[in-house]
Amino acid sequence: MRTLRLLVVQIRSQNRIFWRVPIGAFFTLVFPVILLVLFVALFGNEDFNTSYGGSSTSQFYTPGLAVFSAASATYTNIGINLTSRRELGILKRIRGTPLPPWVYLAGVVGSAVWIALVSTVVMVSLGALAYGVNIEATKLPAMVVTFAVGSATFAVAGVAISAVARTMAAAQSLTNATLIPLGFVSNVFVSLGVGGDPPRWLEVIGDIFPLKHFAAAFGEAMSPFSDAPAFEWGHLAVMGGWLVAAGLVAVRMFRWEPNRS
Amino acid sequence: MVDGLVKHYGSVRAVDGVSLRVAEGEIVALLGPNGAGKSTIVEILEGHRHRTTGSVQVLGADPGSAPSWYRDRIGIVLQSSGIDPELTVREVIDTYGAAYERSRPTDEVIEMVELAEKADVRVTSLSGGQQRRVDLALGLVGDPELIFLDEPTTGFDPAARRRGWSLIENLTALGRTVLLTTHYLDEAEHLADRVVVLAQGRIVAEGTPARLRADASASTVIRFVLPDLADPVASMLGQLIGQVAGRGRHVEITTDAPTADLAHVTGWALERGIELAELAVVSPTLEEAYLDLVNEQHGDDEGPGGWTGDGGRAEAGLR
Repeated sequence: MRTLRLLVVQIRSQNRIFWRVPIGAFFTLVFPVILLVLFVALFGNEDFNTSYGGSSTSQFYTPGLAVFSAASATYTNIGINLTSRRELGILKRIRGTPLPPWVYLAGVVGSAVWIALVSTVVMVSLGALAYGVNIEATKLPAMVVTFAVGSATFAVAGVAISAVARTMAAAQSLTNATLIPLGFVSNVFVSLGVGGDPPRWLEVIGDIFPLKHFAAAFGEAMSPFSDAPAFEWGHLAVMGGWLVAAGLVAVRMFRWEPNRS
Repeated sequence: MVDGLVKHYGSVRAVDGVSLRVAEGEIVALLGPNGAGKSTIVEILEGHRHRTTGSVQVLGADPGSAPSWYRDRIGIVLQSSGIDPELTVREVIDTYGAAYERSRPTDEVIEMVELAEKADVRVTSLSGGQQRRVDLALGLVGDPELIFLDEPTTGFDPAARRRGWSLIENLTALGRTVLLTTHYLDEAEHLADRVVVLAQGRIVAEGTPARLRADASASTVIRFVLPDLADPVASMLGQLIGQVAGRGRHVEITTDAPTADLAHVTGWALERGIELAELAVVSPTLEEAYLDLVNEQHGDDEGPGGWTGDGGRAEAGLR
């Protein structure tokens, strides 16, 4: 009970910190929305052919960008935030208090997942209300589970990145240099089926990393063509594998002491 | 409390066999230059670092295994650990205070460190000294029995230092035990019941500030300038009780028997009709005694052109 109260205190505190850094809040919440509006305005909202069959522009981009904003709310934010807290000596301070270290980390992860949820709900609502994107009550459980597995995976991957990055600048480069290019090969920013066959190696890279699976599973849960309940167990399993691998890296390599001497 | 503590960093023995006992309610200062091992000792006691060998017991716990109830009863003010810059003073103290079983009310803590006017200001907008006071506040919010203060007033202006001192004194009035590190002698003297002087990972002196001062003033320095180097002074200097050091015509005698040595020197000078220029008899300050101790450990040589002579007992150290 007391631990739960402590966890709530930590999540609230981390949320406060998030909202007080406007640039981070902008890139996590506003930027993906701008992209959705831009893409629909540029390409029109007509149907086009994707690797999954015909789809309107907004039906393709809404789940993809929702997933992208959830990934950046967790992976990018945790990777940069935790590294900066470590280098500022805040993590070391935490270790000197009776707060269980895992409660602190759970607070960081919990807050990031909460923000990911907010950004996903904003994106999906915008898609449904402004562009008539398909949402079905029978596929809602699949959306929720996919969101939970995906954002947990990217959150833990963010912790792993902060364990690997020695400086704040390294954490910024590592997160952005991985997530943004992945967005291009994971059916988030562009559909790989459009404009002829993409090079095979691009598809393979997309298949290896979890973003494409997150986008595909979430897209299926929102697709008008999939059959309810639309759980994509294969995609979920790949994300689960990444969750475990990132968890192992985080557990083995995470440090509480700053690298600056 | 601490027995035969040793900490290696590779081949470097940062702490080399330190034994230390601190009683409840006592304020003990670890005094020494940078690299003496002060912070390493404190960090081992806080549970931040593991010792190489030796035994440590604090409040009945081994900080190496750092159980959470142990951290609940200590307060730590580190040299350079950050504070979430985005949060206000009140929010930070609230958040950290929540982790302790019996935390002080946030307003009370803010009052104690005199930050009431800044309570709703973000940490990032505070001055360095004000951030240091937030540090102090976070060390106090858990109402700790034992407080570690690692160089608590480094970076303070003189007025803020005085205020910091009175704050620390208030803590001990509440019966709290304090272990502080400092390289300011006046700070150790002002605050501590007992001072432990460290150099190169070893304890070189230990005692109350008054005792250290008394021991230090046991060695008086006699200084003068010889008029002419050609004069055969060596035989006279050889008969002195104290230790002789000098450079060129400048002579410095460090002695535990100033009366006898001074009589000897002046008698010798009178006999020859020599006037000793700049003759002075000085009781060294605690500062000088402390620097002596530290330099002894470093094995510092006299500078070029210096010379030393050993006159009988040459011990100027503190016991």
